[in-house]
Amino acid sequence: MYVAVKGGERAIKNAHKALGKKRRGDVGVKELSVRQIQEQLPHAVDRVMTEGSLYDPELAALAIKQACGDLIEGIFLLRAYRTTLPRFISTRPINTDKIDITRRISAAFKDAPGGQMLGPTFDYTHRLLDFSLLEEKEPEEDCAGDCGEDREDNPPISRIVDFLDKEGLVEKLADRTKYELPGDLTREPLLFPVDRDVRLQNLVRADEGFILSMGYSSERGFASTGGHPFVVELRVGEVDVEIVPEELGFTVCIGEITVTEGDVVSVYSGSDKAPPQFARGYGLVFGYGERKVISMAQVDRALRCRELGEDIESPVQDEEFVLSHSDNVQATGFVEHLKLPHHVDFQGELEVLRRMRDEWEVRVEKRKRLMDQTAQNDKGQGETCNVM
Amino acid sequence: MKTLYTTEEKQNWMRLLALSPTGMLERQLNMLERVPGYKFLKQPEVGLAMIQARACGNGKPFNFGEIPLTRCVVSMGGYTGYGYVSGRKKRHAVMMAVFDALLQDPEHHEDLQKSLLEPIAKKLEEKKQQKAQETGSTKVDFFTMVRGEDN
Repeated sequence: MYVAVKGGERAIKNAHKALGKKRRGDVGVKELSVRQIQEQLPHAVDRVMTEGSLYDPELAALAIKQACGDLIEGIFLLRAYRTTLPRFISTRPINTDKIDITRRISAAFKDAPGGQMLGPTFDYTHRLLDFSLLEEKEPEEDCAGDCGEDREDNPPISRIVDFLDKEGLVEKLADRTKYELPGDLTREPLLFPVDRDVRLQNLVRADEGFILSMGYSSERGFASTGGHPFVVELRVGEVDVEIVPEELGFTVCIGEITVTEGDVVSVYSGSDKAPPQFARGYGLVFGYGERKVISMAQVDRALRCRELGEDIESPVQDEEFVLSHSDNVQATGFVEHLKLPHHVDFQGELEVLRRMRDEWEVRVEKRKRLMDQTAQNDKGQGETCNVM
Repeated sequence: MKTLYTTEEKQNWMRLLALSPTGMLERQLNMLERVPGYKFLKQPEVGLAMIQARACGNGKPFNFGEIPLTRCVVSMGGYTGYGYVSGRKKRHAVMMAVFDALLQDPEHHEDLQKSLLEPIAKKLEEKKQQKAQETGSTKVDFFTMVRGEDN
């Protein structure tokens, strides 16, 4: 238990001053602006928005600056901020069929209708440090100059998984016309078993590293079912966010957000009712975050084991294990509270330990005496035996 | 009061006003001959909207995460103007509500269509085209090669 302590105000004040100094670094170097972080560290900003569960690039960048680059601390700050605002409304579900793409790839279909667009990606880079970035330089010219013949308008992009759907090789999901109010884990505690809506909400907010490792474990064989997962489609792009204000009674668009979306499938061997087919896992994050999206989809797929009647044998299939430990703000709270003053607790434990030690010594002494006695008796008997 | 526009038209201008750079609204407001008098039916305020999404894009709805939303309602010459814009943008929401009211007024509608909505649409289209061009330039054709070990 953590017990409140008094005093230490001066030390705390000075410690915070020292933190400010550390944040600023060498004053001979120009200060980093929030705008620079927002523009030039987009992956960090996107991760903080996704796990902080608030789409606000400027505030995410501010959180990163305030946290001196500690992203989990930044996520914590953003989560804390969101609790200060009232929730006006829920949006209509975003329609990712109408995504305006900046990247779209398929690892399953080479000739995906609509084509594959790499967009701004780390893929196919050499992963060698680029020393030219040590120097400040002007941005390169727009790539539009060397577009060649690819200047046609991007055709509307259909969902690649739908092509499998036509053959009936991929499971059918509820259609878009149906609406069910989803559960909300920011309003109700997580209760097991969990439905897919709440699970997906949990996985979006989940720590990228944790979800990555859980997804990885399922690939290395710590999942009894599913076989090799395939990224049928991965897309990054902008979608409209729409609400239906009560006063108006019709849909209005309030803005656009960038999202990364992923469809992952793996073999499902079927049941009495369902034939063998590909079962789907889904990943979705704010901004550009495909590592998280793929692993989220893998974990979602693995956690569908109960619904699909698959054997539950691995950690990644254990929803209580995965979903209870996925949130890095909660985890940080539990783990890092250990460094706060536990003086009284510790004194208590010391007392207990001293008592245990005393009892142990008495016990050991007693046992030793008993053994000595037995040994002596044995010796006596042995001698007798020898005489005989 | 008879409305001279369809719901679809109103949805379209609300979208343009929300997506517009704030500066474009500001410039247009400054260009108006007289600043119209309005009163707030709802003061501009910042809150949150919970963004919903659907599993696999078209399945069961789930809560994706929140986004700041600024809203504001004004009354102006018998018209009620609404401002709803994502982000923490009180000034933007007020101007949006003002323009929404003006756009309902037949006296201003045509002018604003030309001087405000069309330029915003053009700006957004240009941005979209530029992005489409950049994306298009990264379009790939992968081809697979037979490895030959089975031959």
